Amino acid sequence: MNDIAAAFALALALIRAADPDLVEIVALSLRVSLTAVALACLVGLPLGAALAVLRFRGRGALVLLVNVLMGLPPVVVGLLVYLFLSRSGPLGAFGLLYSPSAMILAQFVLVTPIVAAIARQVVADLHAEYDEQFRAWGIGPWRRVGTLLHEGRHSLLTAALAGFGRAIAEVGAVIIVGGNIDHATRVMTTAIALETSKGDLALALALGLLLLGLAFAVNTLAMVLRHAERGRAHA
Amino acid sequence: MPELVSPKPKPPPPASPLLPLRVEGLCYEQGRQRLLDGIDATVEHPGCTVILGPNGAGKTLLLRLLHGLLVPSAGRILWASGPQSEALRRRQAIVFQRPVLLRRSAAANIDYVLRARGFPRAKRPGRIADLLALAGLDDRAARPARVLSGGEQQRLALVRALALEPDVLFLDEPTASLDPASTLAIERLIRLAQGRGVKSFLVTHDIGQARRLADEVLFLHHGRLDEQAAAKPFFKAPGSSRARAYLDGRLVL
Repeated sequence: MNDIAAAFALALALIRAADPDLVEIVALSLRVSLTAVALACLVGLPLGAALAVLRFRGRGALVLLVNVLMGLPPVVVGLLVYLFLSRSGPLGAFGLLYSPSAMILAQFVLVTPIVAAIARQVVADLHAEYDEQFRAWGIGPWRRVGTLLHEGRHSLLTAALAGFGRAIAEVGAVIIVGGNIDHATRVMTTAIALETSKGDLALALALGLLLLGLAFAVNTLAMVLRHAERGRAHA
Repeated sequence: MPELVSPKPKPPPPASPLLPLRVEGLCYEQGRQRLLDGIDATVEHPGCTVILGPNGAGKTLLLRLLHGLLVPSAGRILWASGPQSEALRRRQAIVFQRPVLLRRSAAANIDYVLRARGFPRAKRPGRIADLLALAGLDDRAARPARVLSGGEQQRLALVRALALEPDVLFLDEPTASLDPASTLAIERLIRLAQGRGVKSFLVTHDIGQARRLADEVLFLHHGRLDEQAAAKPFFKAPGSSRARAYLDGRLVL
């Protein structure tokens, strides 16, 4: 019990002092996950909306694929990305393995299906509501995709947040393609795994607390944004 | 000569370019059920044609078929220039019982339709302001459409439908869930549109509203056209016994 209490005290001290190692790790985590989520939204939101609106051959199979990919274990994604990026892989020439770019790519692969699946659901619900009006106006499928993404912007924020939650919290993929290299590819989750196994509970706990705080901050922000947007007139 | 002493003769509305409308043997089936059964009608009156009938008679269905939102199982719908088409539908507009407003401001709702149809950008703000004024929503322009009151929402939906100056306006129970003041405002807008030469088809359950607005009545019953008549004689003495019962407020089976 005393050990835990001592570790907690140390962890809080580390956070309060803004320990440089700690700051570096948190900053890299945010950089990797935010970039990955931004890219995933760029691809996943239009993809999900298109799957909801467009009718084409193979659409059912694609929806199934997205849903399957959503449940991919991070270690499997890590392994696949590793194979692509390794020296003998198709992208080996770029030498990206064990770099933040590799981690961004892995998290992008992990998060895009989540964003796409949530976007598909959100947009499909909206489309059911608007379909008849769109037909009456003669709105084509591509314009519908754009309109519905805009109409669903509040709900789609949840897709981005769910993606961020998954990205920032996963260990499996980033440890395989990043390698948890100190001052290079060490992020919060990989550091927690390492420090815990080394017995340095203070740093692990400090990172854990920050991770928790981050989750609170992000969700609070989302809630505030949603309320603000609902109340504001948007022309 | 009773015509001369009638108090205020209604000026005849200008002719609508899409008329006459001919409906021939129109049927609509859903699964095994025949919901509309062999409707034949010719609509020539440029004013307001009210579609009346008890629940489940197929009024809303007929309206959607006329607008081309549904495809008939059999029969034809012919406007003056030919069968219903995408191009013809662009000269028509519909207002639903529950307005489908976009999640943006009142002004942006109108702007969306104008943009979708390629209305010149420079003229849009003026047009939007005119339409909002028409609906009495000048001071609501920047409000999110979805937080407007029910009556305001329907007024917005109606002027949004008028934004592209349709020749034909379809109205599906536009005042079904509105209070009398809002109903009055909607009816005023419908009359105004009519005065500008817009032909309207109105589905309503409100017999009072039908009396106020109708120039012509199509009375449906069980998916069939029971009676087509000019409004005045229809409300005075409907030809069919079922229409008489309906107007008397008796239950029509």
